[in-house]
Amino acid sequence: MAPSTSAEHSPAAFYNADALAPIQTRRERLSSFSIDDLNPVSPRSAEWRYTPLDRIEQLTAGTRDGSDIPAVYDITGAASVSHMPMTDALVGRCGRPEEVASARAWQDTHNALVITASAQDTSEVWVLRDSLGASARAGHTVIDVAPFAKTTIVFDNRGSAMLSENVEIHVGESATVVVVSLQQWNDTAVQLASHFARVGANASLTHAVVTLGGGVVRINPTAHLAETAASATLLGLYTADSGSHIESQVYVNHDAPNTVSRVNYKGALRGAGARTVWIGDVLIGSDATGTDSYEQNRNLILAEGARADSIPNLEIETGDIAGAGHASATGRFDDEQLFYLRSRGISEEEARRLVVRGFLNEVLAMIPVPRIQALVHDELDLALEEVPV
Amino acid sequence: MSTLTISDLHVSVETDQGPREILRGVDLVINSGETHAVMGPNGSGKSTLAYTIAGHPKYTVTQGSIDFDGQNVLEMSVDERARAGIFLAMQYPVEIPGVAVSNFLRTAKTAIDGEAPPIRTWVKDVKQSMSDMRMDPSFGERNVNEGFSGGEKKRHEIVQLDLLKPKMAVLDETDSGLDVDALRIVSEGVNRVKEETGLGVLLITHYTRILRYIKPDFVHVFVNGRIAEEGGPALADRLEAEGYDRFTETTDA
Ligand SMILES: Nc1ncnc2c1ncn2[C@@H]1O[C@H](COP(=O)(O)OP(=O)(O)OP(=O)(O)O)[C@@H](O)[C@H]1O
Ligand SMILES: [Mg+2]
Repeated sequence: MAPSTSAEHSPAAFYNADALAPIQTRRERLSSFSIDDLNPVSPRSAEWRYTPLDRIEQLTAGTRDGSDIPAVYDITGAASVSHMPMTDALVGRCGRPEEVASARAWQDTHNALVITASAQDTSEVWVLRDSLGASARAGHTVIDVAPFAKTTIVFDNRGSAMLSENVEIHVGESATVVVVSLQQWNDTAVQLASHFARVGANASLTHAVVTLGGGVVRINPTAHLAETAASATLLGLYTADSGSHIESQVYVNHDAPNTVSRVNYKGALRGAGARTVWIGDVLIGSDATGTDSYEQNRNLILAEGARADSIPNLEIETGDIAGAGHASATGRFDDEQLFYLRSRGISEEEARRLVVRGFLNEVLAMIPVPRIQALVHDELDLALEEVPV
Repeated sequence: MSTLTISDLHVSVETDQGPREILRGVDLVINSGETHAVMGPNGSGKSTLAYTIAGHPKYTVTQGSIDFDGQNVLEMSVDERARAGIFLAMQYPVEIPGVAVSNFLRTAKTAIDGEAPPIRTWVKDVKQSMSDMRMDPSFGERNVNEGFSGGEKKRHEIVQLDLLKPKMAVLDETDSGLDVDALRIVSEGVNRVKEETGLGVLLITHYTRILRYIKPDFVHVFVNGRIAEEGGPALADRLEAEGYDRFTETTDA
């Protein structure tokens, strides 16, 4: 695919994909529980410049229904769910809102959904949210993972939605946690989400955002690698249809020694006028010696008039790192790949399907949840039936 | 019995300076069971000929024809040509991320035969073919050509030749990048397919080494986009000893 950029970085450098000049650094971004402290929602602000503001007005102004979000919980192993007031000590440990929609959702929500994974055993919590309705809602989830626990949490999002939510993921020492947000919304649904993960010593987080359907889906995960040897893998897989806007502002904050992060987002833009935005900020702080970090985003454009913005950004404040790099590429089908497949008798249509499939498989294979793999596999089969030629 | 007939073939590619003619009137007839070796200097147009037969979109035929058993090949799409029985083992096989070899082979076989191969015999055939080419079964799980060594890519091409059972095969420098053992193994593979199916072969090479294993019936010297001389196997030895000077000096380059 072309054009593409990729680079390995020497320490102590600022880098931006558009120009070799420092932009406003992610560290300097405002964060507050108070709306007045935050930048106004405007096409000129860094937080909102790529987002279709007219389609999210119900989530950035006024108030929303902050009652409990209807959901069906399927729990196996040592985990439980409950609702706690937003004043509970479990709330607010992982981060603060960085933009107005997130701050408003925080204020609007009455009770937080608390998902607790204890250390005794492995656990899985499957949260099916398929009856939110089209009126504006706000929600808050706290995923509290005890030290040494092993757990998998899945949000299975379907149907209609006008949702703004915050999700806190508190990962205790040496815990292993997988969080998946799967979106198969209908095509008018709107979802704005901020995920705040705080990863403890020797703990590992795998976070995956899989978006196969929705109108506006903007899910912004932050991983704060707060203690020694914390690690995070942030994955994204998306297919964007006509009229859909899929945005991912990913932030990895290396804040302790020997932390490791991998960011890998891949998307196929299938519909005319489909729009995706990926902004990948990685901060390697002055204490984060021995950091190993790599982020990439790749987009495959399958339709006329589709547009993918892809903006990697790396800030490095220590000279002593193990590695930091990024890659970003957006392109159309590789003609040589199609030729190779077709020279083996495979029809053009099927060759295209294979290539898109293969392109997305890389990320799917990294999501360690068999049920998600099977589900997404089948869903892609259906979706790719209609890959334009 | 199949025949591939190439007549007065002229081919150009689009460059920044406009179209550039690379093939300038190629005539070649290959019948089932025959092996034609094509040798010639770098840049003389050998791969262009191979790609044009397979239908690569980069190359434009400006004159001449390619006929395969009465079908006009130039009017067929890339995949139609393959389904008609034409196979190209590429000089630089392409990597396809995320597509497993086993899935790729089954998809190709299904496309060529028009129906899915019976699972049990197919799995056995793939195993056999890979082990004949000294490819570990684990290659089945790997992505097509991704991270394969040069020699592994070439062996994977011959695995495909063996499994897809074409009528005509163009082997574009399949021998380059192979170690001595792999050269023998690959050659035996090609010969086996020839014996089984009466495959016709157009074998592009720079070296006579492979011709000791795969015996050519004809040797063609390819210079500056056309065939400059034709002969029997002895011509190959002469080329190796003398080089291409006597041809290049007489052509208007
Ligand atoms: N897009 C292009 N623009 C300009 N020249 C091209 C282009 N594609 C091919 N050519 C030229 O066409 C000529 C023939 O190339 P081809 O690959 O067919 O040679 P070859 O005989 O296979 O060489 P080798 O022995 O090195 O494999 C070369 O001079 C090559 O540079
Ligand atoms: Mg060549």
